[in-house]
Formats: sequence, structure tokens, C-alpha cells
Amino acid sequence: MRCIGVIMLKLLNKYAQKLVVHGLCAQDSPLVGGVNDVVLWNRKDPRSAELERIITGLNINSMIFARPVEPFASILDYHCRNSESEFVPEDTETRTFLHSIPVARTLTATEIIPLLQKRTGCVIEGQGIICSGTVSPEQAFVVFSSIIFSAFVKFFVDFAYALHSGTADEEAKNMLPELLAAYDQFLPTSPATALETGPFSMPDEILQAMITAGQATVDARMVDSFFGNISYFANEHVYISQTGSSMDELASCIDACPLDNSASTGITASSELVAHRDIYLAGDQRAILHGHPKFSVIMSMLCFEHNCENRGKCHIRCNKQRFVDDIPIIPGEVGTGPRGLSHTLPPAVQGRRGAIVYGHGVFTVGKHDFCTPFANLAKIEKSCREAYLKLITESASLPRF
Amino acid sequence: MHGWCGKILRVNLGDQTTDELRLDPQIYARNLGGKGLAGELLFEHFQRRWDDPQMPLVLMTGPLNNTSSPTSGRMTVMSRSPLTGTICDASVGGKMGTMLKRAGYDGIILSGKSRSWSGLLISESGVSFTDATQLNGLGISDIHTHLQAAPGMGKAAHAMIGPAAEQGVRYAAIVFDGHYFAGRGGLGLVMAEKKLKYISVAGQQKTAVFDSEELKGAQEEIYRLVAASPILTGDLGISNYGTGALYDLMRSRRMMPTANFRQTYFEPSAAMNAAAYKKRYKTKKFGCAGCHILCKKVGAKGEIIPEFETMSHFSALIGNPDLDAVVEANRICNEAGMDTISAGVTLATYAEISGQELGPEKLLKLLADIAAGRGEGAALGQGSLHFATEAGCPEVAMVSKGMEFPAYDPRGAQGMALAYATSTRGGCHLRAYPISHEILRKPVATDRFSLSGKARIIKISEDMNAVVDSLTACKFLFFAASLEEYARALYAVTGMQTSAQQLLTIGERIYYRERIMNARNGFSAKDDDIPLRFFEQSGSSSETIQIAPVNRQEFLQERAAYYRIRGLDENGLPTAEKCAALGLSC
Ligand SMILES: [Zn+2]
Ligand SMILES: [Zn+2]
Repeated sequence: MRCIGVIMLKLLNKYAQKLVVHGLCAQDSPLVGGVNDVVLWNRKDPRSAELERIITGLNINSMIFARPVEPFASILDYHCRNSESEFVPEDTETRTFLHSIPVARTLTATEIIPLLQKRTGCVIEGQGIICSGTVSPEQAFVVFSSIIFSAFVKFFVDFAYALHSGTADEEAKNMLPELLAAYDQFLPTSPATALETGPFSMPDEILQAMITAGQATVDARMVDSFFGNISYFANEHVYISQTGSSMDELASCIDACPLDNSASTGITASSELVAHRDIYLAGDQRAILHGHPKFSVIMSMLCFEHNCENRGKCHIRCNKQRFVDDIPIIPGEVGTGPRGLSHTLPPAVQGRRGAIVYGHGVFTVGKHDFCTPFANLAKIEKSCREAYLKLITESASLPRF
Repeated sequence: MHGWCGKILRVNLGDQTTDELRLDPQIYARNLGGKGLAGELLFEHFQRRWDDPQMPLVLMTGPLNNTSSPTSGRMTVMSRSPLTGTICDASVGGKMGTMLKRAGYDGIILSGKSRSWSGLLISESGVSFTDATQLNGLGISDIHTHLQAAPGMGKAAHAMIGPAAEQGVRYAAIVFDGHYFAGRGGLGLVMAEKKLKYISVAGQQKTAVFDSEELKGAQEEIYRLVAASPILTGDLGISNYGTGALYDLMRSRRMMPTANFRQTYFEPSAAMNAAAYKKRYKTKKFGCAGCHILCKKVGAKGEIIPEFETMSHFSALIGNPDLDAVVEANRICNEAGMDTISAGVTLATYAEISGQELGPEKLLKLLADIAAGRGEGAALGQGSLHFATEAGCPEVAMVSKGMEFPAYDPRGAQGMALAYATSTRGGCHLRAYPISHEILRKPVATDRFSLSGKARIIKISEDMNAVVDSLTACKFLFFAASLEEYARALYAVTGMQTSAQQLLTIGERIYYRERIMNARNGFSAKDDDIPLRFFEQSGSSSETIQIAPVNRQEFLQERAAYYRIRGLDENGLPTAEKCAALGLSC
């Protein structure tokens, strides 16, 4: 075999393994295919022939097909049963990148190709998720984990609203205990290796602290690795993870951006650079950690305000002061646009441990190192999960819409 | 019809007659507009020489122009290149795309040759020809001012050629609205050959949109992605710093073409970045009609701030450490109406062959000489390959198919090696732009030091950009959005049911047709190559970054894979089988 195949195979195996390490799939479940002039798979499988028809029927270079573990598999199947052709979660990842999640009933090229012509991933009822990439299997991996994230969030958000309005279906109610039990393994854990304690001033120390904290955040299941970001402020520079970098692969993916913008090397820096920088400029914080822990996102999307004039627009404007404990829930879209969280986030975290951005995730801050932001990210997620459980058990006593 | 006007203006400059071409809606659907539709219309003419009066010069808009679809202000200019002999299309900004649609036309096909220098005035009330002799020898800004002063033409769009085209410079550009260049490949010279000095277009018509609510939805999706893109709208991005924002990145990745591509690192570049221009010239933004990114920059005294490629080539490539000289060199090229990339590389070729350093003074003098067709300038105006061949050392010309390379050294982003080689218009970065994933991490990062597996990626990107140039949208937007969102915009505007992947198939057909046209003119695998320098010499490595030569064998392997993926034979020529599959005549 030519060296070409070897490099491609390495990439296929990397993302197959990543799905397992992130706890999304069982060992030996993911099928990852790549194509240059010929198709390669990470392993043999009876379904490869049909998948090969799909991969060669599209202008793509990579594909992942796998059935996720519980509770995700059951949640996906629930959405499939309850959707005609697609379902549309309302979190930021769907809104910004996925747009909608198509549903297929069979793993056949005739059914899947038209769906993947339009979207980069879809769910096959009872079988799993199939997604594509045009330059790397990493894209397929990102779509795969995004679909899981968005489907999970949608299930619990919809359920809380349905319960509240008295329309929850028996099927969802019956599933709930098992789903919650299966999700226990995904609750935040403490870091395997202790995070470095700061303050840091040497670039090497800073990078190392960021790498450790990024890895810990992924290990603790508080972010699907491609998203999220992390930064540290020192030496008049914001050290920040690059756009689309994986929090568990930060080595060589951190940009040092001078405060005076005298160099634009950081053009590849995270889209949240401005928000991070403005937080640093407004106070004495030095470390920011941003993840997407799921129950924090779910709780941010539950607003029971009666006849709210902003209903449907909560992600961009909300005039209510909403909190989980002392943590504010704020609107804001990714980036620097007029409705961007670069405007809403910096004032919200002033004098606080952090903030939750509606439908998106949590930002936490620290004055010396990542120990506090990490601990708070986990604490906020724990509080949100408790708040959610409390909400659904007490829902009957809440006012109706 | 929604989106398209359904009529194209045909102009015969020889006898000053015009008529309207009405194409079957199917032809529109199969080609979209811009590059696709222009290619369709040029197909039967493609064995004509570039200076054959019957060789058309086509200006073509797309379905999205003159609608609220994001960055819908662009359009395509296409003909055969005097520089390379290949097909040559250029995507250009400004407001001509919008105005043509407002005047009721999807495009203009220009053929024939005027007896004396003439201008073309197009409005809803008709088409007229003018005598343009008095504009001869004037610089672009004077011409532009003059055209804007014509009665009723103050708000019109204007396309014009400058002195470089008059003097036969093979990389003369067509300049739109004074600032936007159909820059590469010498399209300005094609226009000059027809003795057409300018085109002014005004109109007020609205473009019919199929479903405006749906368009709003698509628009929102695209704007959301743009806002989320650090490269476009981040603090250090293109909106704030112009394309020059890339300059620091090329420096830090040690892939800035230096000394005619003999090195990849230019020491003084640290002080010549976009921030330095911003500070020194106190820049403001401007840009195309229908765009909110506004990537162009102008200084407080009206100085036009160079684009990234120009910044790089007029500094590192020729060894000039003087910022003001870069701005002045850019001004000379703009005023003359010529491509800065080809000019820069040709001067670097000159410097290497003659063994001279080009100080600021010499640089500016040579550029002025090229524009005026004076002294050594006359030979330099023929382009790098021609100049180097005359000097007996064609290998010194940093070109592919005779077109000079832009400011990305392929040793620092190896996908570029194959992308330069397979580009249908020669050494151009815009066909596949692997920089997007190799350097800018979009849509995700790939290994910049490996060519392995890049053939298919490059083929898909070429197809994608063929769609983008046919829509006609701005390539920068695709650092953020994708064809997924644009498929929705296209549906909203035209009612055409489509998807990202179906659009790629349209792009594949458009690009393959360009291969056919080039093949008919003798282009094959021998031309799908880059100079030996990149395979034999290392770039400027640092302690942490190794800039090794491109592996020739890997390059040839990937190129062979590219041919298989594209459905070409081993010699890079179209096959009857693939032509049939794509519905093209071979
Ligand atoms: Zn996020
Ligand atoms: Zn609300």
C-alpha cells in the first residue's frame, strides 16, 4: 500500500478512537471512512458496501457511521419516532451549524444520499448517526458530537416544557429514569491530573496550564471537544485557543494576541477573543474557561415567563434577569455581531464566577489559574442538573402557560 | 423568471450593433451565472486566439446579484488569457454586478473590434456607443472621475482599462468603479484589443425574488456564521484589517515568498504588517455593494491600502523594506490598471536574473516603465515567463501555465502545490484555496506539510469555488458559511430546488468544461505543474518550523489521483466517458 493510504488510515483511526474515548460510542462501534481516489475504512464491516455507495455518491472525503451509547441512542430514536423527516433543536450549535437534523429509516444509499446532499449529518432510526466531511474526518466527528449534544438538550428541554404545559407524553416519562441513570457516567468528574496553580507569567507555563485545563474539561465531559475555548491573560497578551481547536488537543493550537493588536497572527484565534479580552480589561481576571455542559444549556433554555414578548428570541434578547444560583443567564450569539456575546458576556461576568449563555454554554473566570474556573464550571453544571430534576419533580405546582 | 433577468446583451463593437440573447431557463439552471454561464457562452469560441475580434469578452452576473443575499455584489469577467492562453475568468466586486441587473441584463457579451477607442453606455433606455479617444493615456482615477461626471452616470457602475492595457501589458486589468480589479490574466488587454475603453451601466430595475421570507432566513443563517468567524469579523480579521490581516500569519508560518521564492521569510516583514498600515495611514473601511464585511481599506488622505498579495510581493518578494514604497507601487499599478501579483513576480524574476536588489526607487521606476511600455518596462510587461524565457532561463519564472504565483509559498502549505498546478487559469490561489484548511483552520485544520489525500479535497474545493463564482458570491464568506446556506439563498431567490451537494455537481461540470477548453488549446499534464525550485530547495526554516521541499513523487502521485478523481486520463485530458456523464461535448 502507498504511503497515502497510511496517513489517511491514521486519521480514520484517530477519530474512531476519539468517539470511544469521549464516551460517545462503544469500542469497535465507529466505522470511519475516508476517500481520496479510493475508499478506505478503519475496520471491516458488513455494512461497508452500502456505506461505500453513499461515500462515493457524494462529493465528500470522509464519513462516520456509528451507534452512540446510552442514553444518547434512546434519545435519538425517540426523536426519530416523533419526527416525520427531521427535527430542529433550538440550541446554538443547531442554530449556527446544523440548522436541522434529518431522519432516515434505513441505512441505504437511496435514502441517505439525498439527506446528506443537504445536511452534513443525519440520524438513522435504530441504527445511529451518519455524517460527512469534505476535508477531514474531523468534520464528521464534530457533526456527530453536535448531533448528540443537540438531540440530548432538545429532549430534556422539550420534556420540561411539555410537563409544564401538561402535555408530556407517557413514552418520554417512562424513558426518563433510565436516561438519567445512563447519563450519570457523563457528570463532571474531578481532573485526573491536578491543574497547575498560578499565577503564570512564562509563556511555556501558560501554554502548559491551558493544555492541562483543556484536557480536563473534555475528560470531565463538560465540552464536546471541538467547541469551547480557553484563555489566559499575561504579559499584555491574551493567550487563547484557536478557532475550531479541540480542547483536548491544544498543543500548537494557542495564539498569543497582543492587547494593542500590533500583530494579527491571532486571526486564527477563537471567535470569542473579543469577549475574553474585554473581560480581562474590565477587571482583574486572568483565566477564562468556556464549555458546553449539557444541563447548564438545558436550564438556560427553560424560561417559563408568561406571555414573554421575547418568546422565540431568547437567544438574542431577553429582558428578564434570570439566574441559576448566582450565575446569570444571558442572551448572545457566537462572535462579534450586533447580537454577539462579545457585547453581553463581559458585563455579565463582572464580579461573578461566570455566566451561562442561552442555549450555548458556560463561561467561568479565575484570578490566578484554571483551578477556580474549572471547579465552578463543574459546580454550575451540578447545580443546573439539580435544578432541572427539581423542576420536573415539582412541575405540577408551577403556573401553566 | 426569478433571480435571473433572462436576457443577455450582445454587443458587436465592429459595427456598433446590439441584440439580446434569451437562453433556455435550463441553461441558467445548469450554469447558475457568473463563471458558469460565461463558460457556457465561450465554449464554442474557445479555439480562437485571444486577439481574434470574434473572441468574446463576457461580463456575467449571477442570480443573487441585486437581491438582499449577502455579498451579492460580485460578478465574473471571462475570456481567453493573453498571458497564459488558458481560459481566464476573474471574480470582481464593486457595483457592476448589481447595476447590470438593474439595467435588466444578466450579462454582456462583447465581440468585434471598434475602429477607434470607444465607450459603451448601458441603461434601461438603451445602449449607446461613445468616442473615448480623449481618455487615452489617463490614469484610472482620472478616467473614473470623468465617467462619473457624465450626465446621469454619477451613480452608475463603470468598468475601464488604463494605460497598461493600451500599452499591451499582458497582465493589464479591467478596473471596476475605480478600485475593484478583474485583475489576473490580462483581461484588460482583451478589452483593449477590442478598442473598448470603458463600460458604464445604470439602471433601477428590481430583481424578482421567489420567496423573500425564505431569503431572510438564509440571510440570517449566513450573517450568523459571518459574525461567528474570527477570520472575517473578529478583532484581528479581514473586516478590521483587510486581507492584509493574513500577512502576519504568513510570516509566522514561514511561508511568505521572499526573494523570488528562494526564501520564505522576510526579516523586515514584522514592521510591515496590517497593523503598521492601519497605524501609519489611519485607515477606514470600504467595500462592494451588498457587503457588510468591507474588506478594503483607505488611508486618511485617500491612500489606497494594498491587499495582502500586493503587500507581500512588493515587500518580501522583491526585498523592499519600505512601507511607503509598497503603497506607492500599489498606486502606480492601480492607476495603470495592472495586476500587482504578476507585476511583483515579474520584477522579482528580473531581480533574480539581473542579480540586482530592487530598492524602492528602482521598483517604482520599473513599474512606471511597464505601465508606459518604456525601456525595460516593455519586456517586463510581457510577464515573468516571457521575460525569463527571453533571458534564457525560463525556470526562474515562478509561474504555472504562465501565470505568476500569489503570496503563498507551496512549501509552507503543500496543498497549494497541487492547487497551483491544476488551476485552469494557471498560478492562482483562488481555485481551491487550500490555505483555508491548511492555515486558517476552515472548515477544520489539515496537515499543511503533507500532500497526501489532498487530491480529492482540492477537486471538491475547485468545484465549490466554481459554484461560488457562478452564484456570484464572495469567496471570503466561505471561511464562515458553506454551500448549505447558499443553497437556501439560491432557492429563495430563484425557486430552484437544490442542495449543497447538487450545487457541487454543477460546479464539477463547470470546472470540467474549463479543462476541455484548455485541452483543446493544447494544455495537458505537462502544464499541470509548478517550477522545480519548490521540489529541490528548502524554504527558510526556523528552530521550530521546518520548511522542506515538496516531495516530487508525492506530488506526482497526488496529481495522478486528482486526474482519476476528476475523470481525466493519465495525461490530464478529458475523457469521452466523463464528458458524457456530465452532459458536455468532448
Ligand atoms: Zn461555545
Ligand atoms: Zn425569555
